[in-house]
Parts: sequence; C-alpha cells; structure tokens
Amino acid sequence: MSEHAVFDRLFGTAGHNVISEGQFLHGSAQLGNESITVIGTRDHAAIDGPLALRIADAILQAVSADATTHPAPRPILFIADTQGQALSRHDELLGLNGYFAHVARCVDLARRQGHRLLTLIHGEAVSGGFLAFGMLADRICALPDAQVRVMDLRAMARVTKISFERLEELADVSPVFAPGAENYWRMGGIHEIWSADDNWSERLAAALVSATETDDRAAIGLERGGRQLAAPTAQLVAVA
Amino acid sequence: MNGRRISYFEASARMRLSGLVDAGSFSEFCPPEMRQTSPHLAQLGAPQAFDDGVVVGRASLAGHAVLIAAQEGRFIGGSVGEVHGAKICGLLDKAMVERPAAVLLLVDSGGVRLHEANAGLIAISEIMRAVLQVQAAGIPVFALVGGSCGAFGGMGIVTRLCAEVVMSEQGRLGLSGPEVIETVKGVEEFDSRDRALVWRITGGKLRRALGDATRLVDDLIPAFRAAAADLIERYQTHPLTPAHLDTLLDEQARLAARSERFASARDGLEIWQAAAFADASQVPELTVEEFNLQLGEPA
Amino acid sequence: MEQFTLTLPSSTLPQDIIHTAICGVVSSGNLEVLVEPTATRNACEIVVNTSAHGFRDIWEAVLKDFAERHSVGGLRLSINDAGATPAVVSLRLDQAFETCAA
Repeated sequence: MSEHAVFDRLFGTAGHNVISEGQFLHGSAQLGNESITVIGTRDHAAIDGPLALRIADAILQAVSADATTHPAPRPILFIADTQGQALSRHDELLGLNGYFAHVARCVDLARRQGHRLLTLIHGEAVSGGFLAFGMLADRICALPDAQVRVMDLRAMARVTKISFERLEELADVSPVFAPGAENYWRMGGIHEIWSADDNWSERLAAALVSATETDDRAAIGLERGGRQLAAPTAQLVAVA
Repeated sequence: MNGRRISYFEASARMRLSGLVDAGSFSEFCPPEMRQTSPHLAQLGAPQAFDDGVVVGRASLAGHAVLIAAQEGRFIGGSVGEVHGAKICGLLDKAMVERPAAVLLLVDSGGVRLHEANAGLIAISEIMRAVLQVQAAGIPVFALVGGSCGAFGGMGIVTRLCAEVVMSEQGRLGLSGPEVIETVKGVEEFDSRDRALVWRITGGKLRRALGDATRLVDDLIPAFRAAAADLIERYQTHPLTPAHLDTLLDEQARLAARSERFASARDGLEIWQAAAFADASQVPELTVEEFNLQLGEPA
Repeated sequence: MEQFTLTLPSSTLPQDIIHTAICGVVSSGNLEVLVEPTATRNACEIVVNTSAHGFRDIWEAVLKDFAERHSVGGLRLSINDAGATPAVVSLRLDQAFETCAA
C-alpha cells in the first residue's frame, strides 16, 4: 500500500495535502475539525545527514508557524518507513549521530511547545532510523504490514555467535530480541497495532486523545508482560 | 597503584568512577549484591554480570553533587539491555527529583545489546527522552567518552544530546561502527582494520575539530576529572537554558553548513584542513595540549 | 551455562569484613567475583556460574586451594565466569579477598 493510499484511508481523498520529495514526506491533513502536520520518510529510506536535516527543518517550521499563527499547536503525525541509518564513511565522518540527536531535540521542542506527537509505522522501522524521530513520539502506532527490528536474525546470529536455529527457536517464545511489531507491542515500544479492518480515521482520532506527554512505555511493557524488569529496575534506582 | 597516571582507556568502569569523583563520596544504587542481572543472557547461554555492565550512583565532584553512570565496555561491548538501560533511566528520573549540579554519563558502548535487541532499542529511546527531559529542566548532562568501545549506535546519539561531550583522542564517537559499514558496504568503503583511518573518522581529535566534542583531554582519569569539574563550575555561574526555537534553528544552520561545506569529504584530514591546522597531516601526532592550542574555532 | 555451589571448610576470617566487594569484569577469558559475608563462620560458600562446560573438577581444585590458603570462613563468593583459565581465576579470587578484607 502506498503512503498516499494510507492517507486516503486516514483523511479521505480530499483531506490531505502531503508531498513526497524523494524519500521525504511533508504536508498537512485534516481529521474532522483537527488540522494535522505530517512529516516522515517513505520507501524504506536509509536516513542520512541531509534527510535528517529535512525532517528537523520540517519540525522547526511546524513549531515556528504554530507559535505565531495558530491558536493551539497542531498535532504532528510522523510517518516512519526506514531501513535504518545510512551506512557510509562520509556520513560517519560528519557525525550522523549528531544529526539524529538534532532531530531528537527538535521533536522534544515540539512536545514542550504543546504539539501532540504521533508516529505511524508504515513499511519498516529499523534501528537508528526508528530511534531518530519515530520512537520519540507520545504515541506510536503500527499499520498491519509494519516490520520492526534492530537486525534480522541471520545477521544477529553472526554477531552474537549464537546459531541461527537456536535464535529462531527462541524467537517463538521470547519477544525480547526477535523482529516483529507484535514483540514491540508486548514490550511497550509500540502502543497500538492497527488491523486492516479497523477504521483508521477513528483509530487515529482515538490515538490523538490518548497521547500523553510522559514516557509511559516501561509501565506498558510491564503491564503487557513483555518487559518485566525495566520499570522495576528504574524504580529501584529512583528510590535508592 | 599510581592513581595519577591511570589510562582512562585501560581502566574498568569502576576504576574510572572512583578516580573521577571525590574520594570516598560514591554510593552505588542497585549494587552488584542486589543481583539485578539480565535473564535474557542466561536464556541464550551467555554469562551475566551482577551489575549488568553499568554502575550507577551518587557522588560529589569538586564538592558538587552529581549523579553518575559508568558503562563497562568489556562486558558485551558496554551494550544496552533491558536492565542496563533501566538503571540509566532510573538515574535520570532521580535527577529530576534531586537536581544535582550535573549528571555524568561515562559512555563506553557499542549501542543496543543484540541478545535483547528490542528491549535495548526501546531502552535507548527512553534514555534519549530522559536526557532531553533532564536538560529541559536545566540540569546539564555530560558525556565522557574515552573507553575501548567508544560511543556508538544509540549511545552515540545519546552522547550528542548531552550539553557537553568530553573526549580523549582514543575515544571514538559515531553511529555505525566501521565493522558494520565494512560488512555491509565493503572494505573499499571503510577498511575497519586501518586503525589510523578509523581514528581520523571517529576519534576525539576529529570530533573536537567539528565541535561535536566540547573538550579534548589526555587519556588519563584525572584529566577527565579536571574537565568535568571545570564544566560543573561553569554551569554554576552560567546555568543551562533549555533549548528553544532559536538555538535549534542555529544548530540546523550549523549542520546544514557542515553538510554543504564537506559534501564529498571522506577523511578527517579534510576537516582538520578546514579548521585551519597548519599541517593537517600532522594532527594525529600532536599532543592534546598542542592540538587545543592550534585549534581555532571548530569547523 | 553451568552452575554449581561448593561449601568448603575454611578457618574463620579473623576480622569482620567491612564491605562487600566486587572484583574483575565478565569478559572473554575473565570473570567477576562478588564477596559477601554469610552467617556460616567456619566455611566458605562459592557459587560458580560459568560459560565453559565440563571443567568442574578443575574449578574444585582451584577453589579448594584458595580456601586452604586464606581464612575465608564466613564469606560467600559468587562468580560469573566467561572462560577464564585457572591462573586467572586464582588471581581474581586473591584480589577479591584482599579487597574485601582490606
């Protein structure tokens, strides 16, 4: 499904004006009475310095525009479709980690300025590319086709020197390392997974209502049973 | 043991910690005897550590209250798993309550621990949000980078979120490690065995010349201590102001200019040249003192 | 992982230990030793968790030697091992003992 088909389902065919320039997406959309800023990546983008800067720039523009012209800051919907960070010597030399940190600071500014932040994973969300902006939203939703991972199992077997067969076997019982949106849901890393039959407009509207400013993921991971140590461990330290 | 000449690079996390803070001032939270270990490692038949590879606690540094975390790079590459990450998150939560003069992160990590990759990735994103929250509350977070694993993956991003980044020449900072790039893109893109090249792309002298590191210090624990103490003093007189639109627009312009100016750069030598070092090829040979003296404004 | 616990008779540590101590790092060919006090004053309890399978006899020899050389009655030693050689194990145990009894 193309992202524009997704937007049609979310906002109706006349309800969105989102432009794709290469692997970058930006624009606005209308959900009922609510006007929404849309920023994201498409086509499994490998996020490099220039793409990170476009994302950051779009966030800063949204913050700046709503600070002066809108009565209330509009929600921002991030569309995450990324195969991860760009892998090149040039990007490393220039400090791609710093470009991603800058994007993260822009996301944080938007949150502090009162923008509600939502992420919709469409396609794939992998590792550093997902960390850069998608994972920092108030509420993270995944479309039914979403692929979420750090690394595929074969590469993981090479690095950890644990056999692929053993990893595959364990992947069925443990959500902790195997790829899959469902695993992230159980661990609180994804708030909701939408089904193909859902009314996506309604789900988006509901997600906007439930978006909270505080990071609730460790608590959710505990509640869903997929991440039982994170919240208690942080608590042990916090009360020490 | 002669405490004055201990290499930060060679030292364990606990040695770095005890050499960095005021003598006897450190008290550990969630210490080894609590055995808050990772069950996920055991499941995969990998050894555990009683502190899960990170030491967190409270101390004083030059008389100022600090909260501090030190990652142990020799335990699974200082990687962040569920417990490891949660200890750092808990420390940052605590900072919101205790309001120390600074939070110090002694980063020595390749990023996410693959044995518990999903938990690690979520944890790093929680650390990112927590660092941003702490700094928005006016408490500076410093990253100290000088260990054998450097600061890579998500911990490379966390490091650059920090108000100050203190590095040694031996410290390395980036996103994807050279081995990863070589594996995926081939040896002609990045030869990870060429140590001199690796340091010209990721090392402390390159990061300082770009301004990504804010201090370059000798590979000695007391040198890191002196830099941290000095920075704490500075924030006492000039408190951290939360990032606002103008500061981020400035940073946007700075990074855009960097991308444009070095659009085809592939070697640190080009950055040093631009930073107006008299002879860029000699930069790796300079002592830290000479380097800092010759560095004008970061590129 | 292979796990076993040994309780070895040893003379009681003459001075009360002041603090628990940890020594070493769990990395390839290395180990960590956590030393804590226990109520059993005339024996040393040693809990071994090792990634190297099938070396229990060697572990027992090294640990017995340690419990004979030092007065470690009243201590519990917990070990996380990533394939250290007997010489390294011995060295770490001695360091841990010195640190905790300092």
